[in-house]
Amino acid sequence: MRFTEEDVRRVARLSRLALEPKEIKGFQLDLSQILDLAEKLLAIDTSKVEPLAHPGSSSVFLRPDVVTEINQREAFQAVAPEVDRGLYLVPRVVE
Amino acid sequence: MSLTELLNQGLLEISAALGRREVSAVELATAYLDRIDQAQPELNAFITVDRKHTLQEAALADEMRVASPDLPWVGIPIAQKDLFCAKGWRTTAGSRMLENFISPYDAHVVEQLNRQGFVTLGRANMDEFAMGSSNENSFFGPVKNPWDLTRVPGGSSGGSAAAVAAGLAPAATGTDTGGSIRQPAAWCGISGIKPTYGRVSRYGMIAYASSLDQAGMFARSAQDLALLMDVISGHDPRDATSVNRQDAPCSHGLHQPIRGLRVGIPKQWFGKGLSDGVKAVVESAIQELLALGCEGVEIDLPMSEQAIPAYYVIAPAEASSNLSRFDGVRFGHRAAQYKDLGELYEHSRGEGFGPEVKRRILMGSYVLSHGYYDAYYLQAQRVRRLIANDFERAFERCDVIAGPVAPTTAFPLGSFGADPVQMYLADLYTIPVNLAGLPALSVPAGFDHGLPVGLQLIGPWWEETRLLQMAHAFQTATDWHTKRPASYSGVTQ
Repeated sequence: MRFTEEDVRRVARLSRLALEPKEIKGFQLDLSQILDLAEKLLAIDTSKVEPLAHPGSSSVFLRPDVVTEINQREAFQAVAPEVDRGLYLVPRVVE
Repeated sequence: MSLTELLNQGLLEISAALGRREVSAVELATAYLDRIDQAQPELNAFITVDRKHTLQEAALADEMRVASPDLPWVGIPIAQKDLFCAKGWRTTAGSRMLENFISPYDAHVVEQLNRQGFVTLGRANMDEFAMGSSNENSFFGPVKNPWDLTRVPGGSSGGSAAAVAAGLAPAATGTDTGGSIRQPAAWCGISGIKPTYGRVSRYGMIAYASSLDQAGMFARSAQDLALLMDVISGHDPRDATSVNRQDAPCSHGLHQPIRGLRVGIPKQWFGKGLSDGVKAVVESAIQELLALGCEGVEIDLPMSEQAIPAYYVIAPAEASSNLSRFDGVRFGHRAAQYKDLGELYEHSRGEGFGPEVKRRILMGSYVLSHGYYDAYYLQAQRVRRLIANDFERAFERCDVIAGPVAPTTAFPLGSFGADPVQMYLADLYTIPVNLAGLPALSVPAGFDHGLPVGLQLIGPWWEETRLLQMAHAFQTATDWHTKRPASYSGVTQ
């Protein structure tokens, strides 16, 4: 298996994802299979090829730097899990 | 024409009936909602149906029709894939993460449709965050295929496709990142189009893989697709990849003759992996195009077999980045138990996302992490350019590429339960198109053992009209697109 349990834990940490122990076993297998799939790419000679980030990358444009959005704090915070007086609440970060 | 008959008609007929006041928007919406209520226990095509909200929209449409009699689509009902934010509608993306999310704003596509007076029938079921090819990854349960309730409708826009196929809506929105419009359209026996990347704004469309995602439509005919394309296309500065072009409306070119157009047939797509039944149907559809005066040309797409590996590096990488916005702080699911901010993120995300979404986020974090970025991610982007170059070369020799949409017909529910990665391999004819950003559509082309088969037509960048023109000519010469699943023909309403 190409992914060890520790590998899965490492990418789960990077992804900020809590996983159950039984999920880790499953992902070990799945991620190993996806990596086997991706491995096929390594055999292709791309030494003279520029990466293509997105299909329209040749026509990226700029827009004027002007304010287009009005303040909608109340509408946006109506869908937040926990707010108080216009602020998003999270656990204490600085002691 | 009776109301029951009208529900199965195309957009022009429904629009004409509304214009002649033979039916009101409220009556029309009510009739479709009744059908939805009846079908929902069997098909599960919708995540949210809100009769009151829909009938309010319909009542407004009836007023709008009096005020603006020249707008043709006022009062036409459609289903919205639950990936498009719509103000006041619950917008879940098929995920527990957004189970209670009421969107505070409209996606560009929703805005365009609302402006023309379309009425939302409900929010169509889908694979969670559009990740999947069978609609089995929805937190709200799988959708069943109206042609055979033991089979999947395809995915990720499975609810949209099933709804149109079962006559629950005349049209529906969808999104296509690796085949999520074309494959369910093929498996449900309806027409579906994925436009050129940049033709339709992605603003307000919940992001999966932003360099591949593109909004499109499902309908009962190529003609209806063309009419709908003209509503949703166009430049939107709120999406930096939306391209500012002045293309002629798709519907204007629909009736141009197709005689003399060169149809490219990719030799790699008719070999190993394609089932005999699908092959026979697609080949006879291509014969039909040749009989209509098109010229067949064999083309070579040697890099297309690298599309799936490239996709499963690029799409997860973009997904892991896009889905980092779900943090349990600003919107979406927040875990009940956590002892610090790190756990708040980890538990909220661990509980809110389903297994396929987690799988892709993990893979994405891996290929973007130190030491693997160059080897996998940049290499996949280089291969992506080679795949696009293949198409560019092919289009020097042909005007449209024709081939299968999927290697088989719809498979039974649960077929890939233990082996999710195996399901990825079935998207081999649709994924190359997204990597290159090309427009493509699927139209019904026949049946294999009673299940619908689609014909895929792929065009050069921005040539949607040519695709729709060919699809329309095909549908004028054949009647596959008029076939309906027996239990949902509307007769037993």
